[in-house]
Amino acid sequence: MAEMRSPIESGVPDPMPYMHPVMVKNYGKWAYHDHPKPGVLRHRAESGDEIWTVKAGTQRQMDVYTIRTLCDIADQFADGHVRFTARSNIEYMVADESKVEPLIKALNDHGFPIGGTANSVSMIAHTQGFLHCDIPGTDASGVVKALMDELYDEFIKCEMPNRVKMSTSCCEINCGGQADIAIIMQHTKPPKINHDLVANVCERPTVVARCPVAAIRPALVNGKPSLEVDEKKCVCCGACYPPCPPMQINDPEHSKIAIWVGGKNSNARSRPTFHKLVASGLPNNAPRWPEVAAVVKNILSVYKADAQPWERMADWIERIGWPRFFEKTGLPFTKYHIDDWRGSRSTLNASAHIRF
Amino acid sequence: MTKKMYDTPMLDQLESGPWPSFVTGLKRLAKDNDMMVDLMGQLETSYQTRKGYWKGGTVGVFGYGGGVIPRFSELKDDQGKPIYPAAAEFHTLRIQPPAGMHYNTEILRKLCDLWEKHGSGLIALHGQSGDIMFQGVSTANVQPAFDELNEMGFDMGGAGPALRTSMSCVGAARCEMSNFDEAKALRTIINDNIDDMHRPALPYKFKFKFSGCGNDCVNAIQRSDMAVIGTWRDSIRVNEALAKDYMAKHGMEKLVNDVISRCPTKALSLKNTANVSRADGISSVAVTDTQSLQIDNHNCVRCMHCLNVMPGALLPGTDKGVSILVGGKSVLKIGATMGTMVVPFMKLESDEDFEALATLSRSIIDFFAENALEHERTGEMIDRIGLVNFLEGVGIDIDANMVLEPRSNPYVRTDGWDEEVEKAAEHKRKIAG
Repeated sequence: MAEMRSPIESGVPDPMPYMHPVMVKNYGKWAYHDHPKPGVLRHRAESGDEIWTVKAGTQRQMDVYTIRTLCDIADQFADGHVRFTARSNIEYMVADESKVEPLIKALNDHGFPIGGTANSVSMIAHTQGFLHCDIPGTDASGVVKALMDELYDEFIKCEMPNRVKMSTSCCEINCGGQADIAIIMQHTKPPKINHDLVANVCERPTVVARCPVAAIRPALVNGKPSLEVDEKKCVCCGACYPPCPPMQINDPEHSKIAIWVGGKNSNARSRPTFHKLVASGLPNNAPRWPEVAAVVKNILSVYKADAQPWERMADWIERIGWPRFFEKTGLPFTKYHIDDWRGSRSTLNASAHIRF
Repeated sequence: MTKKMYDTPMLDQLESGPWPSFVTGLKRLAKDNDMMVDLMGQLETSYQTRKGYWKGGTVGVFGYGGGVIPRFSELKDDQGKPIYPAAAEFHTLRIQPPAGMHYNTEILRKLCDLWEKHGSGLIALHGQSGDIMFQGVSTANVQPAFDELNEMGFDMGGAGPALRTSMSCVGAARCEMSNFDEAKALRTIINDNIDDMHRPALPYKFKFKFSGCGNDCVNAIQRSDMAVIGTWRDSIRVNEALAKDYMAKHGMEKLVNDVISRCPTKALSLKNTANVSRADGISSVAVTDTQSLQIDNHNCVRCMHCLNVMPGALLPGTDKGVSILVGGKSVLKIGATMGTMVVPFMKLESDEDFEALATLSRSIIDFFAENALEHERTGEMIDRIGLVNFLEGVGIDIDANMVLEPRSNPYVRTDGWDEEVEKAAEHKRKIAG
């Protein structure tokens, strides 16, 4: 056997060789920015140097042809430097204002939307879904493509009260993350267990330990070591599925989609918040998930009409109260909205404060 | 010679509409790539049945224990043969991007050429942990693809129970809100602990994230076990010309409603300039010929709101540094937990400062490695053992900034009270310097 090559343990690459020279020169010495138009930012450094950023949406999962097209645009219309945001938008930086409009035109001509800055609905943070995940309840890229088609105007116009960050997740583990509006698969039935496979595939104590409600216990089924689930205790979270694929949690019919709102990681104004459940039971309706899009667009339109400037989704709901959120959006408030997990009493209204 | 494309009526519906279509991209790759033809076959099946068909396994590169996400197709015929054989192995390489995700076109083109040669030609920029995800490669091509990436200066990212690939915001590279060198902090901490990324041996994953200010653009507080977030100790800096520009554009109504009344701690007020306080910690900026915006900096919580609304007119102070929060994570197993404050302020300018951050990071990882249960995140461990045990284990002084409020129940044994009072006095002396 040929000698194997040992890896060079170089770690995180230095960004400086790739960074726009104006950004290198003024590193740590910026003084001002403004937002001349949707998708465009102007930053000014203490030195007086300025840099314009043009932000465009991408499909995140990109074929090399698309990336090369983005590079061609960078070479021809920008200064050859780009960066990506945490939400898979691409940013072109140019030192000369006169390059901004031709760059925007080139990106638009190739089908890339310009926007995602300031008070826009930004690109949806998402996961792998059917394309690459081993436990997905639904797809990720497809849900995002379908929704961004619907929310396109909100991406390019920046007319929301404040920024709106969205995410999607193909199971309750929520790899897409917290968001102003999060779209998350919600299983509604306990796992169906393939007892023939458990003994060979699963480390049973590990699976037992994963369950947040201690609903799983070892059992002998048809003479074989397997697992059983106390279905009265089971909260259908799917935590047992990754370590034990025979605990089939995904169900094409009964795995539904839930909508959560009011997550915010920024410290601006209020402390960061987690998103809250507002709707569930929506069908996993590939390839365009119209029922999900309808609920999301409704929430966005109520927020847009009712929130005051600079109120994020969480700030707005904090001001008007949850009962009015449900009233204004027309979403039903059910027993499933009342938390019963640990620490949940702090989410109850321990006061006589009621808005009439 | 390429295989014939399968009919993909469901996926085809995702080619229309204004947003860029990943399906169009997949089809373009499939024109001369059998792996993508079969990948589309499997993906269409998933759309039809609403089921996933990948299972994990063990695939890696020589010298490392993680970073490759193995995927084998489970769609098989009666004989156990893959229905889509060219995509029967469809692994992902997680590769760490340059901090801040900066690229020039030369390096992006090289990455494309490499992935066209060894893989499917599909690249995700970027995954939720910040990796460049090179998606779709056969087991045999994993090693040569990685070798070439590695020779180009790129290294494997994290997967499994390991230190994970990190993210930092654009920060100092292009943002006036930045309070520290985010990229340097990221590279210092991650590269110092790279062994824990490449040889997974922790109880579970451990993530660092670096945000230059409280706006927290990389979501450090909710998505990382140790969040490093920029802040400052002295007064908000002001720029009168830009403050007056803001007023000219927006007027007094906006200043009052959007800036002053949205301050969460009522640290902002409108004053006749003649009446501006001269007390310690008060700064001000004239907004009209007779009126000023007054800032009570001792009561400001560095939330960033007023700086966001009046860019450049209000800026972070000059005595900059970071706050450190520990224990953020997503759902499994106890529910999502937010990072909580453990170090209200530390300087991050000199080499010694960065070394101090590295030492603290190492002791937090070590404490996690020794004390967390299997598959338990730092936030869950702290939930289980209590914050005080964590702080004592790592050697961090107790500070009132760690809580929203003191305990409201008497269920605690307090016979060490006098010693603790002495520790508190010592902590106070230390902070005073």
